[in-house]
This record gives sequence, C-alpha cells and structure tokens, in this order.
Amino acid sequence: MKLTKTLLATTALAFAAGAATAGEITVVSWGGAYTKSQVEAYHKPWMAKTGNTIVSEDYNGGLAEVKAQVEAGNVTWDLVDVELSDAVRGCDEGLLETIDPAILPPAPDGTPAMEDFIDGAVSECAVANIVWSTIYAYDSSKMENGPKTMADFFDLEGFPGKRGLRKGPKANLEMALIADGVANTDVYEMLGTEEGVARAFAKLDTIKDSTVWWEAGAQPPQLLADGEVAMTTAYNGRIFNAVAAEDKPFEIVWDGQVFDLDLWVMPKGAPNKDLAMDFLAFSTATEQLAAQASWISYGPARKSSAPLVGNYATKPDLAMGPQMPTAPENFATAIQNDFEFWADNQDELNERFNAWLAK
Amino acid sequence: MSDTSGPILAADGTPLKKKLAQTLFRSRVRAFGLVFPLLAFIIISFIVPIILLLTQSVYDSRYADLMPNSTAAVANWDAVSDPTEEMAAAMVADLIVARETKNIGKVATRVNREKSGTRSLFTKSARSAKKMEPPYLDALIKKDKKWADIETWKAVKISAKKFNPGYVAAAVDLKYNADGSFSRQSEERRIHGMLFYRTLEISFLVTVFTLLLGYPVAYLLSTLSVKTSNLLLILVLLPFWTSLLVRTTAWIAMLQGQGVLNDLFVVFGLATDDDRFSLIYNKTGTLISMTHILLPFMILPLYSVMKTIPPSYVRAAKSMGAKPATAFWRVYFPQSVPGIGAGALLVFILAIGYYITPALVGGQDGQMISNIIDFHMRKSLNWNLAAALGLVLLVFVLFMFWLYDRIVGIDNMKLG
Repeated sequence: MKLTKTLLATTALAFAAGAATAGEITVVSWGGAYTKSQVEAYHKPWMAKTGNTIVSEDYNGGLAEVKAQVEAGNVTWDLVDVELSDAVRGCDEGLLETIDPAILPPAPDGTPAMEDFIDGAVSECAVANIVWSTIYAYDSSKMENGPKTMADFFDLEGFPGKRGLRKGPKANLEMALIADGVANTDVYEMLGTEEGVARAFAKLDTIKDSTVWWEAGAQPPQLLADGEVAMTTAYNGRIFNAVAAEDKPFEIVWDGQVFDLDLWVMPKGAPNKDLAMDFLAFSTATEQLAAQASWISYGPARKSSAPLVGNYATKPDLAMGPQMPTAPENFATAIQNDFEFWADNQDELNERFNAWLAK
Repeated sequence: MSDTSGPILAADGTPLKKKLAQTLFRSRVRAFGLVFPLLAFIIISFIVPIILLLTQSVYDSRYADLMPNSTAAVANWDAVSDPTEEMAAAMVADLIVARETKNIGKVATRVNREKSGTRSLFTKSARSAKKMEPPYLDALIKKDKKWADIETWKAVKISAKKFNPGYVAAAVDLKYNADGSFSRQSEERRIHGMLFYRTLEISFLVTVFTLLLGYPVAYLLSTLSVKTSNLLLILVLLPFWTSLLVRTTAWIAMLQGQGVLNDLFVVFGLATDDDRFSLIYNKTGTLISMTHILLPFMILPLYSVMKTIPPSYVRAAKSMGAKPATAFWRVYFPQSVPGIGAGALLVFILAIGYYITPALVGGQDGQMISNIIDFHMRKSLNWNLAAALGLVLLVFVLFMFWLYDRIVGIDNMKLG
C-alpha cells in the first residue's frame, strides 16, 4: 500500500513536471464519419493549441469494454463517447469518474455553462456534445413516391422491399408503436405496460421476415447503397454523410424520429485524467460544438452553438441548419429517448427481443 | 549358504527395494519438473479464471455486501405476509449508506434483474432516504407506491441471497422464486432452451456433414501413393492454416444475395434476379461455412487411422469371395471407427462452442448459445448469467464426453 502511494506520488510529480512536455490521451468514439467530425472539430484544434497528441480509437457502443478495463484495474481509455442510457448506468455502477461542471467554459456572451447546455446534457459523470437521432431513410432513385410517415416504414404492400433495423429493442419498439398509431407523448407510458410491449412486437412481427438487422452505424448507408434494403433505420448523421460526401440519392424521413444525446464520459482510473479533462472542456465549448456541426448533421448540445452553425465544410453551398434533427421542420413529431425507461427495462426487453428474434 | 533370507542389498548396503523406490521417485520428480511450467501456466491462465468465472454463476454477494441491514431483515421474512416496518427501516438505513458511498447504482442494477423498474425505484428512493422519518414503511410508500407491492420485496429477498441458483435457473429458462421454489420463465422470455437445442442441432448436422464429405476424401488420401497423397493433403491443410475470419468472409462473398453463387444461379436460370436464394445470414449460411471450416478436423484423424489399416485385409476378404461392398462394410469400415469417433467428437465439441462464424453469417435464426453468452458479456453486462450459461454448456460437453466413453470408449479414439 505504502509502495503504491509512493509510486503514485512520484508519478503525479513526474506528471506535474512533465506538463510542459507533450502528453498523449486516448479518445474512443463510434468511428466513421462521426469520429472524423470530432477529429476535425475537436482533436486537431486541441492538438494544435496544446501540443499534446490524441490517439483515436473506435468501438461499437456499450459499456462492456469500460467495465472490463475498470474491473481489471487496467484502464487504457481516457475519454469515451457514449449514449445517455450508458452514461447513466455507468455512473450508477461507479465505472465513471465524476466531472466537475466548473471546468466547462461559459458561452461567448458570458452565459454560465450550466444554463447554456440543453436540459440533461450535463450530469454527474457526463457532458453531452451532440443531439443525434434515429430516423429512417430510403434511396430516392429507386422509389419515386417515397414514404412519408413512420407507418409507411411498416407498410410492406405500399412500399415493397426489405427493411433494415438495428439489432436491439431500443428505438425499434418506439417506432413500432408510433407506426401503430400511438401518440408520441404516450409511447413510453404504453411501453411500460405488458399490452404496449406486446403491441410493439406485434407490429414488428409484420415486417420481421423482410428485415435485415444491422449493428454498426456504418452499415445502414452501405445496405441502402448495395440495394440490400429498400429502407432502413439509421443514425441521421450517417445518412447525411452518404448524401453530402458521397452524393448518394438517399432521403431522410424525419417523422417519428427518436433523438438522444451523445456524451463524453471518463472511465474510473483513466490514465491521463487531467489532460483528458482539459480536452473535454475544450471540445464542449461553444465554438467546437458549432464547428463539429459543419462536418456532420448532429445538433450541438449548447444553445449558444446553434447560431454559429454554418455550412457543410467541404460544400460551402450546403447549409447545415436544416439538416439538424433539432431543425423545427424536422422536430415536430420527434420523441426523446427515455433513458430512465431504458435503464429500468433494457434487461427484460433485450431478453424478450432476443427471444423474439430467435423464433 | 547361511540362512540369511533378509532383503537383497544394493552396493552401498541399503535394501535394493528402497534404493529402487528412491531412484524411481527421483526420476518422477525430474519428469514432473519438466511438466511443471506447462502445468503452472495452464492452472494460472486457464483453470483458475474458469473457476473464478464459473463461481459467478452461483455466487453474487453484491446486494448482501452493500445492503447488510435489509439483507438480514428480509432473510426472516416469509415472502407471503406484508412487508414489515422493521424491513422498511433496515432498507432506509441501507439506502442512505449506499447513496453516500455511491454504491446505489450497483444495488439498483442487481435488484432490477429480478424485477424491471426497481432500478429507478431504488435510485429515486435513495435520493430522499435521508429525509425520511418513521414509520419508514409509510415514508417509502409515500415516495413510491411500488414499495407497497410485495413483488418488490420478493425481488429484494432474491437479490440478497449470496449463493443464488437464480442465474443457473435462468440459463435453463426457469425462474427462481423468493420462497425458494422454481417455476418456468414466462413464455415470451424463454430463449435459452431453444438456443441450446439449436446449438445441438447445428453441431450434430455439421458433424454428420463433415463425416459424409470427409470420409471419402480421407479414404482417397490413404490409398494414393505417398507423393500424390502428400500433394492432396496440402489442399486439405491450406484452408486449415488460413485465418478463420478470412474463410468466413469468403463465404459471405460467395453466398450473399448479390454474391457469386447467386449470380451463377441467375445465369443458369435456377433463380430470377428479383428472387435470389437466401444462402447466408440464416441457418443455411451457418451450416455451410461451419462445415467447411471444421472439415479438416474430421479428415485428419480419419486419414491417420485409415493409413494404418493394411490394404491386405480387404484384399483377403475379396479373395475369399466377399463383394466389394461387403468387404468394405465388414472389414474396412469397422477398423476406421476409431478415426470416426475421434473426428466426430472433435468436430462436435468445437462446433458446440462456435462463436465467430455464427455471429458473422448467422443472421437471426443461425445464432448459437455462444452468441448469447457474448451478448451478456459485452452488451447487457450480466456476467453472472453469462457464467451460468457457460456452466450449463460445460456440463453438457462433459456429459457428451461421458456418453461417448460409455458408447464408443475413449480408448477406442485415435487422433493419430
């Protein structure tokens, strides 16, 4: 014990002394176009400003790696980009460092950070950077009169062809209920009851045989491009990227979108805590969040960033504002992912979903 | 000769028997010394972790450690009568401590496994536990009426058990109740039985397919001249040496909707362009690629056994008037049985725990039990249930091994 303390003290000293020299942190995110937007908007400016380096790693979401690292006492990740329900659960289970909101810089006009972030964006262990959304999309070159509503997604007769869905109950059950005529505001109340869950699965049953299941966010645009599916649920930024950067003729249907937050969390015992905290504060500043929005169509988590959102980085004539999930014309029928509901029910619903899938 | 029928002595005067035992002991120690590094390695890196992980399937002290008061309080409760004030007071005391030590999330997650919705109930109640005043039962119910529900307390009672058969029960689709009894899991949540059955079915079919395909190949290899058979053996070994992932992805390219095989079918008019065969992302895909990948494990033991069968036996049978088929079935085939046994057992046991291939090409109805274990390890973080599923699988494989020993006999198995 004493030895560990001495070692820790020496390391801390060495760290303090070495602050002038360059450090290295490991930042983990979802890969693809999304990681690229973070590299452009957060990583590069921070590296240029501080002289430190960032090692960027990809993962597929979930807390398993974080849990494994923390429980084995061998943490190699400094900062991880997670979904809200995982941030809450990780914090509850003591897998994450607490974050002092005082490190977050105020908005340019002086509004304190806590008032500048949208509701629920800053919690005990997590700070949000973006608002993202699960939508569905189709290839407009293959469908002339494309689908308009959530119900159309489940209408195999009106819109024939295979469907792509994420392999998991989250967002699928909500969308199934909306398509079945449940009002947006009643979705989670409905899912809390046995009849509601049964109703959602019954609706999913109607398209089960025509469904291709995807797991990684990069898959749905690929499925659409390959013609493997006629329409698929996807993260809106991925579809935007395929449209803007690769000129794919994809069209997003915003009706019944399920939006959620993505947040930075720090695994407990992260090796370069101080540096990573500095990066966290830097990357969630107004300017950086706005800059990210010019690379990918995810909404910034700070209110003060919205007016600064400009045009697409490599196509100056493409305004990013209307591409955001939070744009008024897209947002009318949106529902927010209820993390409390999912934290409570995901074990049971995952089990049910797997049993349903395997049947 | 005098009557000295004492023990025979060695040159230095010690009895020969003792001397012999000493020498033998020394050579055994030396032999053990040589094996020791491997043994230690296996124990440390294989046996101990497996045992540690498997204990998680029946032992879960999270709740009992973090909530000692309520653990003691519910232990005496009969799970039938209404919750008492004493239980509620213990619960509030525990909630206050768990909130202060930031362990409430762990507790809530644990109880939530027994009853969905208790997670938020625990975290919410813990937040205001400090302000609660006696009578605590009413205070808890006032906070959330779920505390009046006996099911909540039953979930607590189950969670509080350190040695908990609940996970193993869940692994075989049973539910462990608060009164210590077991009942069947509700129908829409029964999944493991079906997956175990499917795992067995796929493993059995793969074993049969590899045997049907591998037997003639091994026979051919063993009868050809050494030069030709060595050349052909390389064709068997080449895929064996190729990475598993490469072979699986190659099958994806071959079998997918727009893949090579379907293109050929369309060219030959066996399928139309809009209606191609679904050969992958289902059970068919899993069966095809697993059969291919496991084929060398069948051919190699068969080949090594068949090589030792003297061709003169079959010739002798024929010369005595046996038809070729009779000579094969009554003379050759029985001698190749040890190879079949070894190959079949090897393929079956490898297949039963197969993971990557079904994960990649299994789609929704080609998933096996290992994929659900992976799900609980990586996604749901329910390591206890994953361990329980692993335990059931391990027990089953041992049972198959025992069965094999009873029917065929382990001594009859030849790997080379």
